[in-house]
Amino acid sequence: MTKQAKAVALISGGLDSMLAVRVMQEQGIHVEGINFFTGFCVEGHTHAIRKQDQKKQKRNNALWVAEQLGIKLHIIDVIDEYKDVLINPKHGYGANLNPCLDCKTFMVQKALEWVKENDFDFIITGEVVGQRPMSQRKDTMPVVARESGAGGLLLRPLSGKNLPATIPEQEGWIERDKLYDFSGRSRKPQMALAKQFGFDDYAQPAGGCCFLTDESYSKKLVDLWQVQGHKDYEFDDVMLLKVGRHIRPRPNFKLIIGREEGENRFMEGYKKRFPYLYCKSHPGPLVLADGELNQDDIELAARITARFGKGRNAAEVVVHFVTPDGAETPYSVAPLSSDDFPQEWYI
Amino acid sequence: MSKHTLDVTGQLCPIPVIRTQNQAKKLAPGDILEVLCTDPGAINDIPAWCRINGHTVASSETKEDGNLIVITLTIGE
Ligand code: SF4
Repeated sequence: MTKQAKAVALISGGLDSMLAVRVMQEQGIHVEGINFFTGFCVEGHTHAIRKQDQKKQKRNNALWVAEQLGIKLHIIDVIDEYKDVLINPKHGYGANLNPCLDCKTFMVQKALEWVKENDFDFIITGEVVGQRPMSQRKDTMPVVARESGAGGLLLRPLSGKNLPATIPEQEGWIERDKLYDFSGRSRKPQMALAKQFGFDDYAQPAGGCCFLTDESYSKKLVDLWQVQGHKDYEFDDVMLLKVGRHIRPRPNFKLIIGREEGENRFMEGYKKRFPYLYCKSHPGPLVLADGELNQDDIELAARITARFGKGRNAAEVVVHFVTPDGAETPYSVAPLSSDDFPQEWYI
Repeated sequence: MSKHTLDVTGQLCPIPVIRTQNQAKKLAPGDILEVLCTDPGAINDIPAWCRINGHTVASSETKEDGNLIVITLTIGE
């Protein structure tokens, strides 16, 4: 080996990138991690919003993985730049609004910029040929390498033997023989390698690393785009899509109904931006109203708010409607019955 | 050695970690950075970030009826 080369690894917090890093460390490579925050990542804030998630898991997996591997982790905010990836994906979307191929290309391209700025030598990812339907196919993996501009500087240690030789191999920084030849959707080879490395506690993300692979999240995003008439978005808006029940009773407004205390607390932060409703006479959720509401709309919103509170079986409840300037108006309403609440209202 | 404060109240993880990281880059070893935040996730994430990047957490307190979290760190080499 000629020199101690330095690699930056795309760290999602899952097992594959963790294995890829360890494979490189075993070959004497200095590795640091990079993690991109697009605004849609499953990691992080949702754990904080929802109380039930908080109990289940508090750690940020990317940080946790970095700590297990003994590597530094650089977290990069790409919220703004990511908009273009999501709004205009050259290769389209996957099963939901996940633009995986463009997303991977974007991340590798950002990693390449980082490599140049920080005097590193190459990039590694935990990608496996055939693992994912869109970005990890034998024919699309070279697309990421090519379109990101990384070319031979992008190495996938877990599938290296199935892919053309990369610069680190050609230059002798690493040995191709010691790479792996994983392919396909089976997770067994990864689990076996994890066992060999002594990793016994790791996150196994089901669909993907972000909310865009989630069907119900994607529906809410489509609804947001349709109502706005364009695909641009604010970070705050896409954050709100992760919280509460979203109900659109009429085309001109939607209601966001907190499902539990953690969500209600998070939604409090939006009271200066949206009018909101709450039940005065009985305990109940915080409800944000997004759109232009006339008197009739407010009354319907109040009846819906009542329906989701403890007074749902009462003949009449008092719901307050509060505008962003703090002006409160009470409404005495009958909670909306299930017969009057079509399921199609749920976004 | 100088003391700095970063207010990331109202921001949800990983934003507090990202902002702490970006601020820490501008500071010198031995400097103190006090991070004010409200997301309980930061209680775990900021110390984890410190451990892997060579900074030290001097203290971590929850104030104002659990609504304000103050994490004080010393910048490492
Ligand atoms: S799942 Fe999300 S973060 Fe992961 S590659 Fe696809 S779009 Fe990107």
